Amino acid sequence: MTQIEEVNYEQYKHLVSERAFTGETMLLNMGPQHPSTHGVLRLLLELDGEVIVNAVPDIGFLHTGVEKNMEAKTYLKAEVMSDRLDYMNNLGNNLAYCMAVEKLVDLDVPPRAQALRVILVELQRIASHLVWIGTFGLDLAAMSVFLYAFREREQLLDIFELCSGQRMMTTFIRPGGLWRDVPVEFETAVRNFLKIFPKRVDEYEALLTKNPLFLDRLLGIGKLDAATALQYGVTGPMLRASGVKWDLRKARPYMGYEQYDFDIPVRTEGDVYARYLVRVQEFRESMKIIEQALNKLPMGPVRSANYKFVPPPRSEIGVSMEALIHHFKLWTEGFSAPKGSVYSAVESPRGELGVYLEGDGGPKPHRVHWRTPSFSNLSVVPKIVKGHLVADLVAILASTDIVLGDIDR
Amino acid sequence: MDQKLEPIVKALQEQFGATYEEFRGEVHVFLTAEQIIEALTLLRDKFDFELLSTMTASDYYPQRSPRFHVIYQLSSLAKNVTVQLRVPVDGDQPKVPTATRVYEAANWREREIFDMFGIEFEGHPDPRRILMPEGTEGHPLRKDFPLGYEEPQFTFNFEEIDLRKPYAKE
Repeated sequence: MTQIEEVNYEQYKHLVSERAFTGETMLLNMGPQHPSTHGVLRLLLELDGEVIVNAVPDIGFLHTGVEKNMEAKTYLKAEVMSDRLDYMNNLGNNLAYCMAVEKLVDLDVPPRAQALRVILVELQRIASHLVWIGTFGLDLAAMSVFLYAFREREQLLDIFELCSGQRMMTTFIRPGGLWRDVPVEFETAVRNFLKIFPKRVDEYEALLTKNPLFLDRLLGIGKLDAATALQYGVTGPMLRASGVKWDLRKARPYMGYEQYDFDIPVRTEGDVYARYLVRVQEFRESMKIIEQALNKLPMGPVRSANYKFVPPPRSEIGVSMEALIHHFKLWTEGFSAPKGSVYSAVESPRGELGVYLEGDGGPKPHRVHWRTPSFSNLSVVPKIVKGHLVADLVAILASTDIVLGDIDR
Repeated sequence: MDQKLEPIVKALQEQFGATYEEFRGEVHVFLTAEQIIEALTLLRDKFDFELLSTMTASDYYPQRSPRFHVIYQLSSLAKNVTVQLRVPVDGDQPKVPTATRVYEAANWREREIFDMFGIEFEGHPDPRRILMPEGTEGHPLRKDFPLGYEEPQFTFNFEEIDLRKPYAKE
């Protein structure tokens, strides 16, 4: 039972400067219900007039105990929770988790499944960046981009629905491959999207990139240099906007990323505008990857034939005794993973999304830890907002592209 | 083992008498709590491990000694290698020195580990809980912490259950 306790004043003293106690600066509470905090993030701001002296993020409002819950489920059932972490990058989370499981139990993934995974997570990256560009515009009073971006995102969600029956919480990528093969309409749907989307990106750019009002709000705001970014564990577009060419898709290719030809957009300014430019460029790079993957999409199975870990196809269950046994074992007890731990990371739209997975020989994971990029990316915000105006804080926060579900887990 | 990792592991072995394990191509180096800061500094300064990707812990309850492992996942961008350091910690009053002065990224991660496992980080600049609300009892990710559940309320017992629910009422 929660009891109301006296707040120990000494415990919080170090969070603000001395001037807050004399009343020289003002303490202002921003959030948790604030449209520009992108979820339920609370910020305690210490203000000297309009200027931010200190910002103290308070997170955990969306904490759902995903890591604890995953320990209580079998490896297959735990995957469902992964969708719910970063709700803008569902397929990417599935991929990170499945890659960790595959590494732990040493499971193969057929080439067709690998290529489809790449297409799906790149589509997801575009969808995530679309939400970002929409809300970014919205925070900076560019309302129209939001409406256009969500129009295109709808098309992507339709593609996900076509494959998996779900718009967001897909759980489509499974350990050992995919849940099932994509339908025949998939290729046309993706190609249609690829046909219209380059023009749409040009449209967003026409609205924003050279817009003087937009530039005034962004240029030179929230500067982050490469050394600080690395110190704070910042990854993804934020790190690349600070001049570090680091992308796990290139550095440690997974799922056959090495066969696709694409660039990593890098800027050196490290301000909010550079982050915007990097992400907009990533739209185009993702399209390149999808097109190449679609052009040489191999035929074949989409799930591993190792039925100790992957459920056999429905058609086999009626005719094969082993298939039936495997099916029964997998959906009741689940498969057992060996004792040991693996760390597997993918490049999510926000940065390095890693899964630390530890098995104890049984059918349930001993420990699942999610290294979520938003968590690290937010931790640097108090550092870079110092000396900026409250209005700039909104721009900086929007440019970090945080997802609170990703932070709080 | 990755060839680029060999000199790094060798240096850790020579300087700290560390042992290591290999699993699925990943190298886990075991160090003690007293050595960890020195080891992290060595890795950062001499071997270009610029990025502390993540920090976490794992609970081996009911085993008492060591009950926890504190895990440091390090990445080197220049060399493109990763290494994992593990610090076994005993069950009663687990304490590890803070790595905040080596990697700023450890600040929030250590707060999370303290919150979830109750492992204290000595010298941490901001030792508060991070995810759970202030005043929470216990540390949720410990294995002896129950998963918990919510009693489903129906029309006939709605108020009865409502009375013992722990949320704030007006």
